[in-house]
Amino acid sequence: MTVQGNATASSTATDVRRTVESAVIRFAGDSGDGIQVTGSQFGLEAAIGGADIATFPDYPSEIRAPQGSVAGVSSFQLQLAGHDIHTPGDSLDALVAFNPAALKAALKDLKKDGLLIADAGAFTTRNLQKAGFAANPLEDGSLEAYRVLAPDISKLTMNTVEAIPDIDSTSKKEALRAKNMWALGLVLWLYGRDRKTTAAWIEKKFKKNDQVLKINRAALDAGFAYGETVGLPSTIEPVAVPPARLPAGDYRSVTGADAIVFGLIAGCEQYGLDPVYCSYPITPASTMLHLLAKLGGDQGVRIFQAEDEIAAACAAIGASYAGAVGITGTSGPGMALKTEALGLAVAAELPLVVINVQRGGPSTGLPTKTEQSDLYQAVMGRNGDTPLAVLSVSSPSDGFEVAREAVELAVDYMTPVVVLTDGYLANASEPWRIPDLSALERRSADAHAVPENFAPYMRDPETLKRPWVVPGTQGTIHRIGGLERQDGSGEVSYDPANHQKMTDIRRDKILGIARAIPAQAPTLGETTGDVAVVGWGSTYGAITDAVADLRAEGLKVSHIHLRHIWPMPANLGDLLKGFEHVIVPEMNTGQLVTLIRAEYLIDAKPLNKVSGRPFAVDEIAVAVRSLIKEG
Amino acid sequence: MTLQTPLKPKDYASDQEVRWCPGCGNYSVIKAVQKVLADAGSDPAETVFVSGIGCSSRFPYYMETYGFHTIHGRAAAVATGVKLANPKLDVWVVSGDGDSLAIGGNHLLHVLRRNVDMTYLLLNNEIYGLTKGQASPTSKVGLKTPTSPRGTLDEPVHPLRFAIGAGARFVARGVDTTQGMLLETIKRAHAYHGAAFVEVLQNCLVFNDGSFDDVAEKSVIADRQLQLVHGQPMIFGRERNRGIRFNTGTLALDMVTIGENGVTEADILVHDENNRAIATMLADLDTTVFPLPVGVLYAHPEASFADKLEPVEHDAPTLLQRLDKALRSGNTWHVA
Repeated sequence: MTVQGNATASSTATDVRRTVESAVIRFAGDSGDGIQVTGSQFGLEAAIGGADIATFPDYPSEIRAPQGSVAGVSSFQLQLAGHDIHTPGDSLDALVAFNPAALKAALKDLKKDGLLIADAGAFTTRNLQKAGFAANPLEDGSLEAYRVLAPDISKLTMNTVEAIPDIDSTSKKEALRAKNMWALGLVLWLYGRDRKTTAAWIEKKFKKNDQVLKINRAALDAGFAYGETVGLPSTIEPVAVPPARLPAGDYRSVTGADAIVFGLIAGCEQYGLDPVYCSYPITPASTMLHLLAKLGGDQGVRIFQAEDEIAAACAAIGASYAGAVGITGTSGPGMALKTEALGLAVAAELPLVVINVQRGGPSTGLPTKTEQSDLYQAVMGRNGDTPLAVLSVSSPSDGFEVAREAVELAVDYMTPVVVLTDGYLANASEPWRIPDLSALERRSADAHAVPENFAPYMRDPETLKRPWVVPGTQGTIHRIGGLERQDGSGEVSYDPANHQKMTDIRRDKILGIARAIPAQAPTLGETTGDVAVVGWGSTYGAITDAVADLRAEGLKVSHIHLRHIWPMPANLGDLLKGFEHVIVPEMNTGQLVTLIRAEYLIDAKPLNKVSGRPFAVDEIAVAVRSLIKEG
Repeated sequence: MTLQTPLKPKDYASDQEVRWCPGCGNYSVIKAVQKVLADAGSDPAETVFVSGIGCSSRFPYYMETYGFHTIHGRAAAVATGVKLANPKLDVWVVSGDGDSLAIGGNHLLHVLRRNVDMTYLLLNNEIYGLTKGQASPTSKVGLKTPTSPRGTLDEPVHPLRFAIGAGARFVARGVDTTQGMLLETIKRAHAYHGAAFVEVLQNCLVFNDGSFDDVAEKSVIADRQLQLVHGQPMIFGRERNRGIRFNTGTLALDMVTIGENGVTEADILVHDENNRAIATMLADLDTTVFPLPVGVLYAHPEASFADKLEPVEHDAPTLLQRLDKALRSGNTWHVA
C-alpha cells in the first residue's frame, strides 16, 4: 500500500493536540504477548505518518520464556520524532506494561512524570508474586511519580470480543491474545497515528481465520475508541508528533537484516553474478536466510541451508570457485566454526562475503543480545598470516550500501570480506529511502574471461588480484588448493622465497584496498579539535547524538565513524592526530581501540559497555566531558 | 559435456609429479578413473575434482581437469557449492577414511541423503597415512599404531553401512588389486545420476601393509570376493560352486555350496541392486567368514540434488526490476 503525501496525524479535526518533537515508547510483556508485532506495527504507522523512527526490539532467547517472569520479558522500544533521529532513545516517555514483570523490568527507564499504561487485569496476585512485588504497585502509591493509566485491558478486550455478533465460543477463549491489539489501538490514538496500515495487516495476516481476524480488528478499534471516547484523566493528554523533514523520495521501513540482503543482491546484480547464500540457522542471523529463501530463484538467489556452519562456508567457497558469489551469514559462534574455511578462501583467493551478526559472547553467550566483540576475530582470528577485508554496518539501512560494497571488494580483489553487523542492527528498523537501482554502476567481473598468458596466480598490477577463471572454461584447466602455491603457476610450492613472496602479496593486496576506499571524514564536526569520538558499527546513533549535544554546548568534539575496519582508510592516522583526545566507545572490552593504538601509536582511550544493550547517548556524552575535564 | 574427439586415459593425467609412495593402491584408482573419463568422452574442462586432506586428497593435482584441494573433511561441502553455482559440471570427490568418516563424517552424511550429483570415491586404507600411521575410524580393533600402542579399542565404522544408513542411492565397493572390477564399478558410479558412493579398499604399504590381504591378495580373490552383477546369482569361488542364499528362517544370508545338501543354483540369491534390504545385508556381512561383496551393492535412481534445484533467473535487467519491485512491496510512502 502506498500513502501519498506527507500524511500527518490522523486525529479528528476537532481533536486539538499538543505537539511534541519526539517520543520514546516501550511496549513490554511476556514473550508470548505479541510485543514484537505490536511494536513494529506502531513503528510502521509512525513512519508512514511521516515521523522518523528508530526501533530496538529486545527479547529473551527462549521462544516462550516462563510466563510472568522478569527474565521472560520481551520488549520493543522505539523513538518517533519530527526530525532526523539515530537511536531508539535513552529514557522512556511512555511505557506499556502488559504484566507486573514487564513493569519491574522497565520502570527504571521511564522518565519521572512519564506515561505508564498497564493492564490492570494482568496484575494478579500470582503475577505480582512471579515478578517479585510484595504489593500491587498500581494500588500502593509507589507509582506516584508517573502518570498512570491502568485500565483492565484483558477484560476490556474480552468485552469487545463478546460483543462481536457472530463470534464462536472457541474463539472467545483466544480473545485475550488480542489484548496487544487493544493496547496498540490506544497508543496509536494517544500519539495521533493512523491505524489503517495495521488494519490492513490484520486482514492479510488472518485472512484464513475469519474469527481471529475479527477479534484482532475489533480489539484494535476498541483500544483506539477507548482513547477517543472515555474521558481520560487531564494529565493524560493525546499528543501529535509532526512529520520529519526527510529528503524527498519513496520510503519504506527496513530492518538491518533486510537491508543487508537487498545490498547483497544489488551488489551481485551489478556484475551480473549469481548470489549463492549458504547458511546454517543461528540467532540473530537467520532472518537474512529467511528473506533470501523467500526471494529465491525469481530474484536470482540460490540459497543452501547447510548441515553446519563449516559446510555453509565451504559450500559458499565452492560456489565462488564455480563462478557465483558465495556468501555465508552467521553470528559469533558460527563465525568461529568458519575460521578454517576463511583461511582456505584467502589461500585460494576466491571472492567470499561473510556476514557476522554479532551477539554477546563468549561461547553461546547472549544469543538475542547485542555486542561488538567479534572485531578481533574478524581482523585477526585465523591461523597463519591470513589477511582479509572487514567492513562494518552503522545503522539498519546502512546495511544496503555496506553489503553492496562487500560484494564489490570480494570480486574486485578476489578475497573474503567480513561484514560486521550486530543483533541490535539486524532487528532494528528505520525509514529508508528506496534507492534508485537504475543508477547502480554496472561493473564487470572477469569470471569466465581468460587473460592473455593465463596462469591461475598471475596478478593484476593495480589490485594484485588473481584472475577468476572458473571450471567449464576451455583452455585454462588448473588446480588450486590450500597448500602454498607457486606465484604465477599456482602449483604446489614449499619454496621458502616463494612463501615469503606470496605472504607479502596477500598482505599487500588487502592493504591496497585502502587506496581504493574513500578518505575518512568526520561524520559530524571538524577535522581537528579537542576530542575525536571514534566509533564503528551500531554505536553510530548514540555517538552522533552525543557529539551533537556536546557541540551544542560549545565543545570542540567530532564524531568519526569507521565503515572500513580493515584495512583502515589511508588518512585515518593523520586525521586522528589532529585531535587532543581520541575516545573509542565500543560494546566490547576495547577492540577497535587496541587496533588504533597499534596502528597509529596514539593514546586512544576506550569506553566500553557489554550489558547486551546499546549505548545510551548520555553515557557517551558524560565520558567525553570527563575526558575534557581531566585534560 | 561429451567430447567430439575422445581423449586417451593419459590425456587426463596432469604434468605434476605424482608423490604417492611407490606401490600405493592409489595408483590403480587414478588409472581406473582416467580410463573411465576417457571411455565416457568426458571434457576435462567440464570436470572438477574436489578433495579434502590426506594422501588420497592429493588426487586432483594429478588430474588434467579442474581441481580444488580444500581442507580436511570438507570436500563434500565444497563440491556441493560447486554444484549450486554450476550444476552442469561433472563433479568428483576423492577422499579417505579419516577425511570422510572422522573429520568429515557430517558432510558425507548430507551429500548422500541430499543425493548431490557427484562421484564420491572413499579410498579406505584403514589408517592415517599422511600424518604417519595413526589409527583411523575404519581401523580394525586391535591395530597397533603410534596412537594405539596396545591396540585400538574402538569399533570401526563400516563405510557401506554408513552410506546406506545415510540414505545413499548408489553404494558400491572396489578393491585396488582387482583393476577390471574396480574400473567397471567406477564407470557405473560415474554414469549414475546423483550421489554415487564407492568405497575402494586400498593398501597402504607403508603404515598398514596387508590390511586387506585376506580378501584382496591375488591368490585369494576368487574365493574371498563376491563379485556382484545385477540379475546374476551370487556365486563365487574358484570352482564357481559356492553361493549366497537367503535363509527365510533366520532372515539372513547363508553361505552354501552348490551340489551339497541338496543345494542347486536355483537356491542362490540373484543380485537385485534395487533392493535396499539385500544391499544392507550384503554391507553387513562379516567378511572374516563371508566373501567380500564387491561391485554395485545398491543403485536406486531418484531425483538428484541438481534436478530439484529451483530455477534461477540470470538476466540482470530483469533481476534489477524485480529487486526494485521487492523493495517497493509492502508498505511504502512518499515524502515530497
